[in-house]
Amino acid sequence: MEIGEKETEILNILQDDGKISLENLSDMVDLDKDEVKEMVEGLENNGYIKKYKAVINWEKLEKEPAYASINIKVELSREGGYDKIAERIAGFPEVENIRLISGEYDLRIVVKGGSMRDIADFIAEKISPLENVRDTVTHFVLKTYKKDGEKLFEQAEDRRIQISP
Amino acid sequence: MKTSKKVKSVPPSGIREFFELVVGMDDVISLGVGEPDFVTPWRIRESGIYSLEAGYTSYTSNKGLLKLRKLISEKIRNEYSKNFDPQNEVLITTGVSEAYDLAIRAIVDEGDEVVIMEPSYVSYNPCVNFAGGKVKKVTTELKNGFKPNFEDIKQKITDKTVAIVINYPNNPTGTCISKEKLKNIFKIAKENDIWLISDEIYSDMVFEGEKTSSLEIKNAKDNLILLDGFSKSYAMTGWRIGYAVGKEEIIKTMNKIHQYTMLCAPILSQKAAIEALKNARPDVEEMINKYRRRKKLVVNKLEKIGLDHYEPDGSFYVFPKITSTNLSSKEFAEKLLDRKKVAVVPGTAFGEAGEGFIRISFSTGKKELNLALNKINDFVKNQR
Repeated sequence: MEIGEKETEILNILQDDGKISLENLSDMVDLDKDEVKEMVEGLENNGYIKKYKAVINWEKLEKEPAYASINIKVELSREGGYDKIAERIAGFPEVENIRLISGEYDLRIVVKGGSMRDIADFIAEKISPLENVRDTVTHFVLKTYKKDGEKLFEQAEDRRIQISP
Repeated sequence: MKTSKKVKSVPPSGIREFFELVVGMDDVISLGVGEPDFVTPWRIRESGIYSLEAGYTSYTSNKGLLKLRKLISEKIRNEYSKNFDPQNEVLITTGVSEAYDLAIRAIVDEGDEVVIMEPSYVSYNPCVNFAGGKVKKVTTELKNGFKPNFEDIKQKITDKTVAIVINYPNNPTGTCISKEKLKNIFKIAKENDIWLISDEIYSDMVFEGEKTSSLEIKNAKDNLILLDGFSKSYAMTGWRIGYAVGKEEIIKTMNKIHQYTMLCAPILSQKAAIEALKNARPDVEEMINKYRRRKKLVVNKLEKIGLDHYEPDGSFYVFPKITSTNLSSKEFAEKLLDRKKVAVVPGTAFGEAGEGFIRISFSTGKKELNLALNKINDFVKNQR
């Protein structure tokens, strides 16, 4: 599948609003609904769109799960580089994201758990014992202010006057 | 006690009149707002806060902070290879509104004439009248994409004409102008030795094709008074900050009025404008992308509703024709507000040439825009 200007525009629009109606989307990119539908399906089937999900403010519900960010120092072995160990860690559903980083540590992962205790157990049982993991530092998240580009604190309302020149 | 006859003779703003109707009504979706729905990008606000904390609360020089004038001069040089000396050819003003008033007062004597294209921004005519001048209107039409006709302009020029005023991208029509047409308008200005006042406040908000700035025209500087500012591109309407550039002669004259009436633009806004020019380009791009998508949304909806319109090249307005409903602009706007609680601005607020049109602003979120356009659809269907 070739990614041209229209496809890129569709990706940008969907990244901002995954629930946009097909009608609005096709109006915005100036194509027929059928064409847009086909493009979106193509983007989905070819893995450019991984999935659609909601950015939820769990803090508001006071039911937020615990999060921790863990820096991992990795000892590379002959058999595999960072990819191999990252893919191994990625298999655990507790792990929300994994990034290879520069600096003193090699990987930074974000882990989600029901409680801090759950996370501590998970690190102790699953991550630290891994053969290539030499060192970990765990930072528990105390409060989330911004997530996936969305501010979670109260935002200013529209303060404009209703009619202006 | 007495009030000025001259001021009394100028009619109140049609926008204001309509505003009075809307104010106090609950749950109105307004497509009548002439300013961005985004708040000023955080980096600009943050720099304003910092300036306050650091104690920048004084006057500046009349012409404005030299650093800001230098940045404006640099921006123009980078984009158009035109040189304006930041010392003598750039003036920081309290919004383009002030800059326009200064320009008019700097050139108009009692009885002088100024050529203005209609429909046009609401302040153009009154400022000329306040200065004792007369407005000569050139009507632009939907069938020509609201672009002015060279011959029509030429016909309005007399030996009393001192300036032509243009505004592209245009409020309220959203139209831009080709380089060719601009060249011709400059030619008229040059031949008659008159000023060309170009209000380019929407200059960054161009959706399709090249920006059409007066600065692109060869030898433009001889006749040009260019007005631009931060309100629209950087979503800084409330900061009241704009500027004028031109030859030393005209800037000096404008500054003479400015120094007695305004002293200087607020220092806080000048500081914030410096940050805007230095670092806020990505924020501007992001906003323009949103406007572009909404524009598409609106014009495609208007197409489906069956309201004839010119697809805007820039700004965040579209100016559809509503005569198929057999209503006047004012009736349309009032009935739509009354029945559907959607506010639009009657075209007549922008001059007689706006009769039969309404101005829709798409500086409103997608959700409200959809809702409002669906209501307009119902309204129009019922009306026909």
